[in-house]
This record gives sequence, C-alpha cells and structure tokens, in this order.
Amino acid sequence: MRIGIVCPYAWDVPGGVQAHVRDQAETLIGLGHDVSVITPVENPAALPIYAVDGGRPRAVPYNGSVARLTFGVKATARVRRWIREGNFDVLHVHEPLAPSLGVLACWAARGPIVATVHSSIERSRVLVTGYYLAQTALEKISALIAVSEYARRTIVDHLGADAVLIPNGVRIAPFADAVPLRPWPGPAVGFLGRMDEPRKGLPVLLDAWPGIRARHPEARLVLMGPGDGDEILASVADEYVPSITCLGLLSESDKAAALASLDIYVAPNTGGESFGIVLLEAMAAGAPVVASDLDAFARVLDGGRCGMMFPMGDPEALAASVNALLDDASAREHLTEAGRRRATAYDWTTVAGDLLDVYASVTAGQRGVHEDLRGQIVGRLARRRPEGRSR
Amino acid sequence: MSMWWWVFAGVLVVLVGLYLSMTAGRLDRLHRRIDTSRQALDTQLLQRSALCLEIASSSLFDPATAVVLADSAHAARASADGDVIVRGLAESDLTRVLVAAIPDPQDAEVLREESPDPGMLEDLRQACVRVQLSRRFHNDAVRACRQVRKQRLVRWLRLAGRTPWPVTVEMDDTPPPGLSVR
Repeated sequence: MRIGIVCPYAWDVPGGVQAHVRDQAETLIGLGHDVSVITPVENPAALPIYAVDGGRPRAVPYNGSVARLTFGVKATARVRRWIREGNFDVLHVHEPLAPSLGVLACWAARGPIVATVHSSIERSRVLVTGYYLAQTALEKISALIAVSEYARRTIVDHLGADAVLIPNGVRIAPFADAVPLRPWPGPAVGFLGRMDEPRKGLPVLLDAWPGIRARHPEARLVLMGPGDGDEILASVADEYVPSITCLGLLSESDKAAALASLDIYVAPNTGGESFGIVLLEAMAAGAPVVASDLDAFARVLDGGRCGMMFPMGDPEALAASVNALLDDASAREHLTEAGRRRATAYDWTTVAGDLLDVYASVTAGQRGVHEDLRGQIVGRLARRRPEGRSR
Repeated sequence: MSMWWWVFAGVLVVLVGLYLSMTAGRLDRLHRRIDTSRQALDTQLLQRSALCLEIASSSLFDPATAVVLADSAHAARASADGDVIVRGLAESDLTRVLVAAIPDPQDAEVLREESPDPGMLEDLRQACVRVQLSRRFHNDAVRACRQVRKQRLVRWLRLAGRTPWPVTVEMDDTPPPGLSVR
C-alpha cells in the first residue's frame, strides 16, 4: 500500500506528534508498505530518507502561545506537488485542526483521507474560532482517529463527529531487549519525567521516600529526566541525599537499560496525563509499576491488574504500596510478567495493524488519492468530469 | 445616492451567490463522501460473506456450524442489491451466527489448533473489524451530510437537487467476542 503521511509540526523539534509520525512511518515501512511523509523542517538535511521537506515553519502567535507552523503559497504548492507525484492509496493527516500542512493537504487532495487528532480538551478553543474552516477540511476526511479518550471527546463534543480510538503505540523491542545493569546493592526504585514539573509528581515520591527507607534501608531512588538534579537534592533532608541518584536526561538506549534495572517504577503523576507512554515503556522493560490512580493510568494498567495503584498525591499510600511490593518478590515477578504481556498490546506493530484495518475500510473500491482541482479557479476550468459518480 | 444603493445591492447579491456556491460545493463533497464510504462498506460486507462461505466449506467448523454459517452467508449475499433495511437484517443474522460460532477466546484457541489453515481465523477477525469500521465511517458521513441538508436555506433553495435523503446503515456488526485481541 502507498501511504502518504502529513506531519504538522517541525520534524527537528522534539514533540509527541513528531515521534508518533516517525514510529508510524518506520513501523509501516517495516511491514513492507510504501510510505512518504511530508513535514515542516528547520534543517532539511535532518530528514530521513522517507520524508519530504514541506517548508520552514514560522513562529506565529496561535492559541495563546507561539506555535511553529507552516502555511502560505509555497507550502501549498509543495503539498500539491507531493500529492500529485505521490500516487498514494491513502492519505493520513495528523492534527487536521492545526492551521499547518494538514489542513493544506485536506484541501489539496481528494480520495481516501484518514486523520488522527492528538490534542485534547484544553486546546478546543481553536475549534470554536476556526469552526467553519475546520468543517471544510473535516468534510473531506473519510475516517477520524483519536489517540486518547480525551481527544475523542473533543471531536465528539465540539465537532459532533465520530472518531475511532486507536491508542498511541510504543516501540516495545528496544525496551524488551534492554540488558539490566543493577549497579546498586539494594532494591532500586525509579522515577522518569521532568523533575521540576509538579504534575509529574516527584514531590509526592520524595515525601514518601523516608517511609520507604525506614522499611528498606538499602533502597535506592533513581531519578531520570530533564531538570536540575542539584536543586532537587537540596530540597531533601541531608540523611537521604546519599540514597538518591540523579541520572538526568538519558538517551533512548540508556533509558531502556535504566528502566530494566529497576525493581519498581513509580509514576506519582498528579494529573495532566492523557495516556502514559512511560508506563508502557517501563512495563516492556520488565519493571513492576506503582502508579497514581489517574484514569489514563488505570486504563493502561488494566484497572490495576498489570500494576499497583495508589490514591493520587498520597505519599503514605505510595510508601505503603512500594514497601509491600519490595517485600514480595513473587508479586513483583507476577507484575513483570503481566506488564510485559500488556505492553505488547500497545506495541507499534499491533497499532499499525489497527491502522491498516482503518485504511482498508476507507480504500476498498477506491482509486487512490488525487489532487483536488476544484476550488482552484484554473483547475475548475481544466477539470474533466469526475470519474465514478453514481448519481 | 441611488447609485450607492445599487452598489450595495450588487455586493449583497454577489455575497449571497458566493455563499450558495460554497454550500453547493460542500454538499457535493459530502455526497461524494457518502458514495465512497457506501462503496467501501459494500466491499467489506461482500468480503466478509465470501470469507464465511469459504470457511463453511473448509473443515474449520463442525458440520452443523458450517451449515448455519453457509446459510446465513448466502442470505446476506442475496440481499446485497436489495433494500438497505432488509440487507441490514441479513447481515446482522450473519453477525449473530459468527458470534455464536466463536463465543469466547478458548473456542478460538481450539479452532486455531485444529484449523487446516491457521490464517483463516485472523482473516475472519480482520474482515469483521473492517466491516465495523467502514459502517461507522459511512454513518458518520451520513450524519455530516444531514447536518448541512437540514439548514433552512439549503431546503428552501433545494441545493441538494434530487439527491435522495441520505440514510444510515443499521446492523449488528459486533466482531465475535472470541476473536477480539484487546
């Protein structure tokens, strides 16, 4: 199958949507499909072989902050050429409501178009202001996908449209194959995420730490992720500082090895999570998970069957859960096993299978994606009778 | 003074004309989308019933299940060109037979072990999922089109022409519980 994917945000700026597009493209290529991605990019030399330069993003004030988006005459011309020359069976647009390449692609193409909505309810103000504009693009989309229940609600509530839920994928293999290092004598408890972002919940874990050390004096706390480690250590009572290791921001492979080395992975988040990819990465690496009882986490943990949950923001409950799990090796083994099995359900190959089902259900009996010349004054005159019209 | 009135009236006519032309364009797009989603659903339904016939004639199921499956698959195919409601009922019957044939994962496990062609059950799962998806997409296209056609101006000026009022396809399309992955 020839699949054209449109990424709305700059390829060389880190972000969730970009990572999603990269994993999607590479998984589909791995399954033997022909994939081309068009994306804004700052430095075209950074593009992988399957990606096409959609133009430089420009910083504009949008939706209350500065967004880097690509639009304008040149971008439109590039998208049109890409569609004309791509000969795609299906077009997959990401974030069709962002005023970037996605909307341009919807306008420039006709035929089977699939779109994935990533953003959730907080951003929905845009939908109201750009309602009419959004509708004209949405009307051409044959299938809408939401990556989370929150994103789905946004679509249902604000556009009145239906969307299929296909969760984010995780690339399991690098985590499942990671080799544990275990450089510490005692049991290791880990945290991964922005240390200075309160919603990631590090303060809750630090408050629980004395209670865990009291029961397990050998225990070590491993902190991973961006943020000032020294500042964090300065906020901890002196006697606990030697038991805490700050690894800082890690590369993907180091992250996998570190997660695999943990006896318990803790996700003490206090909100703002719509999915919980890190949980799945930890589970794939074989680390038993203790997480706060957010809806998103409960879903990933299958209501607590694949990990332990504690009441959000409660350090004592967290300490009690961690202590109970550290005391019980067979429970940890059980969670490792269940976690690994759960993670495969979210593996990108599984997700790609779901996507291919969606593609098949919109492309059946169709002749692929063409350039849409209606709406272009010259194109309108040059248009031949549309083929395959039954009425 | 009266010249300005003419200019004003002219601008108004142009604006209304533009709006109507845009709405007509939208309707055209929406009808086209319904056409294509309907074709896609049709293809998926035919693929599912064809696969069911193939499975019924293989030795995957016991003879009793095979007879019932073949019967309902035939009925579904025979109704393909007829009324959309009759067809929905026939396809729902096929769905119910499939659900009864593979009620839970243990049954699927047994079938998979004894199957002459292990890929067959996976194909069946895929066909059922794809029917469900394409019906959902089709009905969503119908909903979007109805939303525009309900507008007063569209009704009064008959912008939709003689295109019939779009109808959703109603049927039971639950994939057999034994085959679902998640």
